[in-house]
Amino acid sequence: MPDQLIYAMEVTLNGLMAGVLYALVALGFVLIFKASGIFNYAQGVMALFAAMTLVGIMNGQVPFSHLINAIFGTHIHYFGWQVPALLAILLTVVVMVILAWMVQQFIMRHLVGQEPIILFMATIGLAYLLEGVADLMWGSEIKTLDVGLPQGINLWIDETTYGIFGYGFFIDNLDIVATIIAALLVAGLVAFAQFTKQGRAMRAVADDHQAALSVGISLNFIWVLVWSVAGFVALVAGIMWGTKSGVQFSLSLIALKALPVLMLGGFTSIPGAIVGGLIIGVGEKLFEFALGPALGGATENWFAYVLALIFLVFRPQGLFGEKIIERV
Amino acid sequence: MFYREAGDFKLSYQSDSQTFPIRIDRAGYYLALIVAFAVVPFIINDYWANAILLPFLIYAIAAIGLNILTGYCGQVSLGTGGFMAVGAYACYKLMTSFPEVSMFIHVILAGGITAAVGVLFGLPSLRIKGFYLAVATLAAQFFLVWLFNRVPWFYNYSASGQINAPERDTFGILITGPNATAWATYLFCLIFLVGCAVVARNLTRGKLGRSWMAIRDMDIAAEIIGVNPLTAKLSAFAVSSFFVGISGALFFSVYLGAVEVGEAFGIQKSFLVLFMVIIGGLGSIFGSFAGAAFLVLLPVVLKLVGVDLMGWPTDIVAHFQLVIVGLLIIVFLVLEPHGIAQLWRVTKQKLRLWPFPH
Repeated sequence: MPDQLIYAMEVTLNGLMAGVLYALVALGFVLIFKASGIFNYAQGVMALFAAMTLVGIMNGQVPFSHLINAIFGTHIHYFGWQVPALLAILLTVVVMVILAWMVQQFIMRHLVGQEPIILFMATIGLAYLLEGVADLMWGSEIKTLDVGLPQGINLWIDETTYGIFGYGFFIDNLDIVATIIAALLVAGLVAFAQFTKQGRAMRAVADDHQAALSVGISLNFIWVLVWSVAGFVALVAGIMWGTKSGVQFSLSLIALKALPVLMLGGFTSIPGAIVGGLIIGVGEKLFEFALGPALGGATENWFAYVLALIFLVFRPQGLFGEKIIERV
Repeated sequence: MFYREAGDFKLSYQSDSQTFPIRIDRAGYYLALIVAFAVVPFIINDYWANAILLPFLIYAIAAIGLNILTGYCGQVSLGTGGFMAVGAYACYKLMTSFPEVSMFIHVILAGGITAAVGVLFGLPSLRIKGFYLAVATLAAQFFLVWLFNRVPWFYNYSASGQINAPERDTFGILITGPNATAWATYLFCLIFLVGCAVVARNLTRGKLGRSWMAIRDMDIAAEIIGVNPLTAKLSAFAVSSFFVGISGALFFSVYLGAVEVGEAFGIQKSFLVLFMVIIGGLGSIFGSFAGAAFLVLLPVVLKLVGVDLMGWPTDIVAHFQLVIVGLLIIVFLVLEPHGIAQLWRVTKQKLRLWPFPH
């Protein structure tokens, strides 16, 4: 087999793994958009906030320590204990649920019935707010996150592929774990939506707000639930990306990366988010591999958007989105 | 009582259809113009020009441009930063290629080039609507920034990848470069702002503006009553990009002087201008001014209060700024989704009766 083809295969595999991570973020968007019609720009910042909270809790950092020190002239930074990863994750989930409740109670409840663009702007405001609060709470320096996920090259794949092609593929263990977790998460979400009472209520709300209200479903509760689930998805995404490249501001930019994924897959489809993520992941890696050197590199910055743009011109609702029917 | 239209008789069609039909409004408008042109240039200093006035003027142009596209024509765009970059780089190439030509012409040409690019990226809007379009404009944002970063021709093969504004003048007065005086740069930007505002105001109340608003309110219905969506949408993209391009050119050449594209025209800039439009008021020229003024003044005031008054470290103040901007946006949207312009309208309505209750 020619070398180029083998390299392309490796690139494709890595692209698939990256695509899973994109899909993970896109999933959070789809959940909220389906249930409430809100395009939640803050999803990326929620991932950042969750990851920072997790690191902070694990290291026993004092929340708002910089602020307290600046006001009262004290020098406190740490409680002096370490929290085990699992407990810290649970605590972070609690924080994300509280956050979801607050978002619903103080922001979204007052904006019911507004135009989508207004809701979208509100979530951008929320993104700024959360970012500021996260920085104030935990400090803005880059942190490392280690919850015990395996990292580094997967030797088994390296050796097996070396045996077949005479060239060992480089696949990160973390990517494999992320893929498995993402698959479990999607399966779990689908099961939740199909087989539990709350899940059914959630789908009913997504279908028709007024009909759902009239059969006695509490919209308020469902929206808190949806924001909590999105917060949980954000936490998972935050753990994956945070372990991979450190917890820092750029984490929140993955939200922007998830947008073309959404466009490809359609805003309202969970399978669409997964397939879109895979297409974008593979596409941008292969494009960079094939044409990147000729074009000057770093094509990953824009390839996904342009792909989505061209795609949308032919199919405006995305791959799996509901057909857009317009009436006067 | 004092602010009223009663007794303000219109004796000709011309006076009936003027921009400011109420006498007090008109007086306020002329007063503002006189102060801006004849008073401020004599008292301006470098701090005021660079910290407040220049950014305000330039962002106001960008906000008017985006308001035409988003507020009047209903096409949400997140590519403003990218289009500003087009204006800046077009201006840079023109400035360095034709040093003897006046800056006025360069800036207007830069706007024209941006308009062409804007139409190109506006083409998908004929098929894509709503949020899909908003995300599609991100393609413009990222692609353009990447292009100016990676293709050396755009930054004249300079080693740093930055572009630096050389010294250029108009009518013999230095406008760009470190030796330009505060009043000259201020007046230069002000002339563009006033020009843009007048053009925008008159476009939006003419046939073109009405076709934009028809498309915004319901595009299918507009199509049925005979508005051509192709010309309406693309003209909105063209006019909007023209203004945004002018503001990008001024932002680079007059205000900053040296620009690194990812930093100056990144996605944050797109959001900033969008915030100005939303906080100021969608579909209002006055709102563009108000939103730009608000978001330019806010960091300055916060820094004054936080760093100079309270003595807090700058990083905490920077974080607080994020929190406050976020909170303000949310509070504004909850309390008054139509922005400062709506507050102003309500105030004017109340002023008609004031100080009498009935």
